Amino acid sequence: MPDDIMQLSPTQMDALREIGNVGAGNSATALSQIINHRIDMNVPEVSIVPLGDVPDLVGGPEAMVVGVFLRVYGQAPGNILFLLPAESAFYLVDMLMGKKRGETQNLDYLDESALMEIGNILAGAYLNALFNLTKLSLLPSIPALAMDMAGAILNVVLIQLGQMGDHALVIETEFTTDEEGIKGHFFLVPDPGSLDTILTAVGV
Amino acid sequence: MADLIKVGMADYKVGRAPSTLISYGLGSCIGVSLYDPQAKVGGLLHIMLPDSTQSRASENPAKFADTGVPLMLKDVLALGASKSRLVAKMAGGAQMFAFAKATDIMRVGARNAEAVKEQLKSLGIKLIAEDTGENYGRTVQINLENGVYTVKTMVKGEKEI
Repeated sequence: MPDDIMQLSPTQMDALREIGNVGAGNSATALSQIINHRIDMNVPEVSIVPLGDVPDLVGGPEAMVVGVFLRVYGQAPGNILFLLPAESAFYLVDMLMGKKRGETQNLDYLDESALMEIGNILAGAYLNALFNLTKLSLLPSIPALAMDMAGAILNVVLIQLGQMGDHALVIETEFTTDEEGIKGHFFLVPDPGSLDTILTAVGV
Repeated sequence: MADLIKVGMADYKVGRAPSTLISYGLGSCIGVSLYDPQAKVGGLLHIMLPDSTQSRASENPAKFADTGVPLMLKDVLALGASKSRLVAKMAGGAQMFAFAKATDIMRVGARNAEAVKEQLKSLGIKLIAEDTGENYGRTVQINLENGVYTVKTMVKGEKEI
């Protein structure tokens, strides 16, 4: 089994893409029900990227973003990060709080709490789908939120990987809403040891 | 024309005046600079982790405080710096997400800062300024013309150390 992510076979990459697809699909449905808008998602990208390049996936290391971070515990530990450009996070808060679009210009305590709850629901939906597929029991930690530079926020998920190697396996999905111009990225970053567990569970 | 040289995560660059070395979006990572004010040469290192001996399978010494600092030192000296004149500055080492129960991984910023200090001390290089900790990201740059180290943040503005 690939202790080294550089040695994943095309079939294994496909399996991971499918896991991302099912997980993100479930999350998108949950989000769509909360905000009452259609959510589109792209086919998840499964990429193995040099650690230093990961911030480029979300507009560069200095892009202003809101990140909701959850640690995944259980049989295949890892990290979940829901990243939104700051503008998108503000619109999402407008929708959640019943404010006029453009009203939110910064996040107060209540706004942060609402976004963390969204992160919680998305992660829960994602992990549920993952459970149905793999029968691996996975539990999210309570969410934490930060609004800052993308590079700084991504540091948190990359550090653990950095201890094992110089590349990150990232399962990433982009969400977009139909009309409100909300865009978000959902990252599942399995801990290096978890990859074997997940792949074994789906039989590839 | 002054160059702006970009330093990526787990990487380092060295250079001479009038270049400026810059590293974007540091969270728990740390940007360590070395500078010789007389020769006007220096370097900037962007480390992620404190200790290479705690790690498996990494071929990149610039990722760690304990291996990255000596590596950059060697290159800065090769550019004509004198070790006795070198001064160090550093910034970063934030804890981006506050959890009630901070694990070791969550506190990695603080451990990074400690490890850099230890390394500089053992190499006999004086740390003359630092801006570490807190919970926000930083973009850091060092101007090799004058050794000014600038820290830019989203939440606390910009400052020179």
